[in-house]
Order: sequence, then C-alpha cells, then structure tokens
Amino acid sequence: MRNISGCLALLRKELTVYFATPIFYITGFFFLLLAGYFFYTNVLYYNLISFQAAQQAAQNPQLAGQLNAQMMVFRPLFGVLAIVLLFLVPLLTMRLLAEEKRSGTGELLFTYPLTDWGVILGKFLAALLIYLILLAFTVSYALVFAFVTRLDWGSVGSGYLGLVLLGGAGLALGLFASSLTENQIVAGVVGFGLLLFFWVLGWLQELGAGLGGVFQALSLMEHYDSFGRGVIDTRDLVYYLSFIYFFLFLTKRQLESRRWRA
Amino acid sequence: MEMMIEVQDLTKYYGANLAVSRLNFQVAPGEIVGFLGPNGAGKTTTLKILAGFLAPSSGVARINGYDCVSQSLKARESLGYLPESVSLYPDLTVTQFLQFAARAKGVAAREEKAEIERVISACGLEEVRQTLIAAISKGFRQRLGLAQALLKWPPLLILDEPTLGLDPSQIVEIRTLIKELAGTHTVILSTHILPEVSQVCQRVIIINRGQIVASDTVENLSREMGHGSRSVLTVRGPEPQVAAALEKVPGVTRVVSQGAGAYLVEAGNGLDLRPELARVVVEKGWELLELKAQEFTLEEVFLNLVTEEES
Repeated sequence: MRNISGCLALLRKELTVYFATPIFYITGFFFLLLAGYFFYTNVLYYNLISFQAAQQAAQNPQLAGQLNAQMMVFRPLFGVLAIVLLFLVPLLTMRLLAEEKRSGTGELLFTYPLTDWGVILGKFLAALLIYLILLAFTVSYALVFAFVTRLDWGSVGSGYLGLVLLGGAGLALGLFASSLTENQIVAGVVGFGLLLFFWVLGWLQELGAGLGGVFQALSLMEHYDSFGRGVIDTRDLVYYLSFIYFFLFLTKRQLESRRWRA
Repeated sequence: MEMMIEVQDLTKYYGANLAVSRLNFQVAPGEIVGFLGPNGAGKTTTLKILAGFLAPSSGVARINGYDCVSQSLKARESLGYLPESVSLYPDLTVTQFLQFAARAKGVAAREEKAEIERVISACGLEEVRQTLIAAISKGFRQRLGLAQALLKWPPLLILDEPTLGLDPSQIVEIRTLIKELAGTHTVILSTHILPEVSQVCQRVIIINRGQIVASDTVENLSREMGHGSRSVLTVRGPEPQVAAALEKVPGVTRVVSQGAGAYLVEAGNGLDLRPELARVVVEKGWELLELKAQEFTLEEVFLNLVTEEES
C-alpha cells in the first residue's frame, strides 16, 4: 500500500514538473509537426497512386483492389513515427534521475519513506503517460481518415500497441541512462546511443554475422514490424515487457548502489 | 528506556578517506542535541547516514529501534530531515511541493490539507504558498525545508544547519520553533554557530576529525573543559602593584590586565579564589569595584577541544 501511494505521489509530482517545464511542449510540438508532415505526405502519395490505379483500371484491374489505407498510409506512418520517437524518448527521460542528483533534491527524495521501486515506477509511469498523451494526438489522423473511408481499426490498434511498447522500452532504457549520471546531456546521449544500438542490432543477421539470429532476437526494430502489419505476436509482447522490466531492474540496482558508493 | 538514536561504532569511508571513525552516541526521546564540529568533521556524513541517505561502511545506526540499513523504510518513516543547504524542486509551488512531500511521507488524504496548513503556519510560509520555489528567497526555502521535515509529526528531526542563510530575525524565529519542539520531538541539529547550541540544545556532542571529543550539557562542558576557573575584578589602585599582588595569591596561574582597572585572574581547576582576591585588595587599601566569576564560553571550550586534538 505504501508502495502504491508513494509511487502515485511521485507520479503526480513528475507530471506537474513536465507540464511546468518547456521540455514537454517543445518535444510535443516537434513530434506533432513531424507526425503531421508524414501523415500528410502519406495521404498525398496514397491519393496519387489511387488516381493512377483508377486511370489504369482497364489495363491493370488488380492494382485498385490491392490499395488500402492501412497498407498505404498507416503502416508507413507507424514505421516513421517509431524513428521520430527514437529521437524524442531520451529527451523525455534524461532529466528524471540525473537532475535529482545534480540539484541535490534526491537527498530529500531518498530519505522519504519510499521504496526504490516506488520511485522508479513513479518516474517511469509519469514519462509513459506523457508519451501516451503525445501519441493520443495522432489518433486524430485515424479519426479523420475513418470519416472518408473504411478503416481497419484492428490493425491501427495493433500499430498503436506496438508504438506504446516500443516507447515503453525506450523510456525504461532512458530512465536507466538517467540513473547513471548527474548530467542531463550525458543521460540523453547515453540513452539515445543505447536505443540506437538496440535498434540496429538486427542488421547483423542480414550481413550474415555469426550469432546473427541472437542479435536479431534482441533488436527493438525486429519485434516492432509485425505490429504495423496488424499482427500481435506473444513473442513480441514478451520481448518488450522483459526489455522494460530488465532496464527498470538495472535502474533499481543503480539506485541501491548509490547508498554505498557515495 | 528505548533510545531514539543509537549509534555504535559507526564508520564511513569515502573511497580511501575516513570521514567518520567508530562513532558511539545515544539520544533519548524528547532531547534536543547539538552536533558540533569544525567544517569537515563528519557532522553531515553522520546525519546523512542517520537519515538513510548513505550507508555506513561499518557499524550500526538505529532510529526509533529500527536499523538504518536493514530496516531503512521503517527508520525513514520515523524521521524528518532537513539537509544542509536544502535543494527543492524549483518548478513546483510551495503548496505543490508540500503536497508531494505529504503524500510521499504517507499522510492520509483526508488529513493532508490540515497537515499542510499546520506546517505552513508553523514555519511562516503563508505569503509564498502559491509562489514557485524558484522565485522565493533563501530564507523562505530554508523554512520550507523545515516545513517538509515537520510533516506527519515525525518523532525525530534531523536538522543539518537549520539557520543557514537566514536573517537575524528569522534565526530567532527558527530557534524558537525548534525549542518548542522539545518534549514532543527528538531533535538532533548540527551547526557551527556556537551560541545557537547554548540557546537551543540541552546537550552537545562535539565531533572532530570523525570522532567524538566531548558529549555533555553546555554547563558541564564549560565547567569541566574550561581548564581552570576565572574571575574578573575591577580595582581602583596603581595597576602594576595590583597585578603583582593578585599574582601572589596562592593558586593563581595568570593575571591579565584588561585596562581601566579591570583584571582577569585565572586559577587552577575547581578553585574559587574570589574570597582571597577580595581580601588582598581590601588589605592593601585599594577600592574593590567589582568581582565576579566568569564561565568559559562554548566557543572557548570548543576551541580548546579542537586545538587539543590537533596538537
């Protein structure tokens, strides 16, 4: 019980700080600017192809049948949003623990009767909630689309689930990076570097490196693809949830060791 | 009686540097204890260990019967802590911060409002309650630090330099506040402002280079550690002769002429030479204007102890 109330106390405090500082608004502005741009270009392209398909309906009757909004607009959109988020997620987490250390506020925080898990989950969930708020704005694209055409909500939902899990993994990794240092910039760079590394790990498979399959199984991107196609695979769910737990656990270890090293 | 603080053989190394060395002391419930020592003596380290922020390298620290390491959560529930040069979240308002602190300390939701009002008025924060912490003065920040420590009536308050950065009238207010806590709270406060200790604390623990060099009441310390007794007398008479006559009194170790007929006479430990001194002056036919015993101040005791250690 104490764990939960302490965690909620911290969650509320972190949200207040997010909304009181520019990082949320600036990150949100650029995320939505880019997301809106990609959505718009995808729709334009879909439009163009659809016209061509209509003109060539006589010669190539199958083409029109293969065109649908999910494949032409949303699947590429989820792909590109994942890349935008790769850049933005470390910005959301870099402050979380590094700033407590740098400014000395951690001295109070860690002498309050809060468990380490309470602190970590409070901060992680706050960042996740902020991330979900940013993501929620993009649901409006699907809503607009649903007005003019029939949309397969199932596969759109699956794509969003993929984005949430991918974001959660990035946030857990970013929180860990933030626990390593008292410098926000360092925390941001380490978070971004690690995230990028886990992203491109799957490439080794394509290059035929030894143990390529293992690296592929560890890659963040590898497990993300199927969500965009509308497929929810238990292996991918387990992968992302374990990834999140693993980095939160490392963060806990890092916090525990602080008391002894000092 | 269960002790509020029990420290046994507490030792802390920072890397290879010894910060605190085999410290032993106890604080009973309701006591106000001053923790005194020069900068770098190990005061802050000891208080950080008690507050659960650092783990000791060896030894045991218990708060309210709970071990500060193995039962850290229980121990932390029993204390309010004001760190040295307290840092607070600059992006929150005073009320937002106190709300967070109250929830983190487990104040029940229905008591939260009343509890926050109580500490706001106890620490005089009414006029800044909606102001961002980034915009309030250092004095207010210090008071806010104290206010969060008081939330939920912790049985033990650990205050690291509570009057640092306050103006004189605020210092008086905070000292009064701390004195009012006696009986209901146990307070351990570190400071290097010596008058603060004699005004506020019932007992003093003096620490130097990580070790306790004295632990007693202020009165006992100045009596026992003052190295002898002192009298001050004012005499109307020829200065060299008066000084010479006073020096001849058995037991006198030193006479210092302070000008305008005033003399400071130092004697061995536990000797009260006032009757002898008075007799000599009267016998010589000089006029005795004033005669009184002078206690050693805490500053002198402190300096004696600390310099003794160093030599």
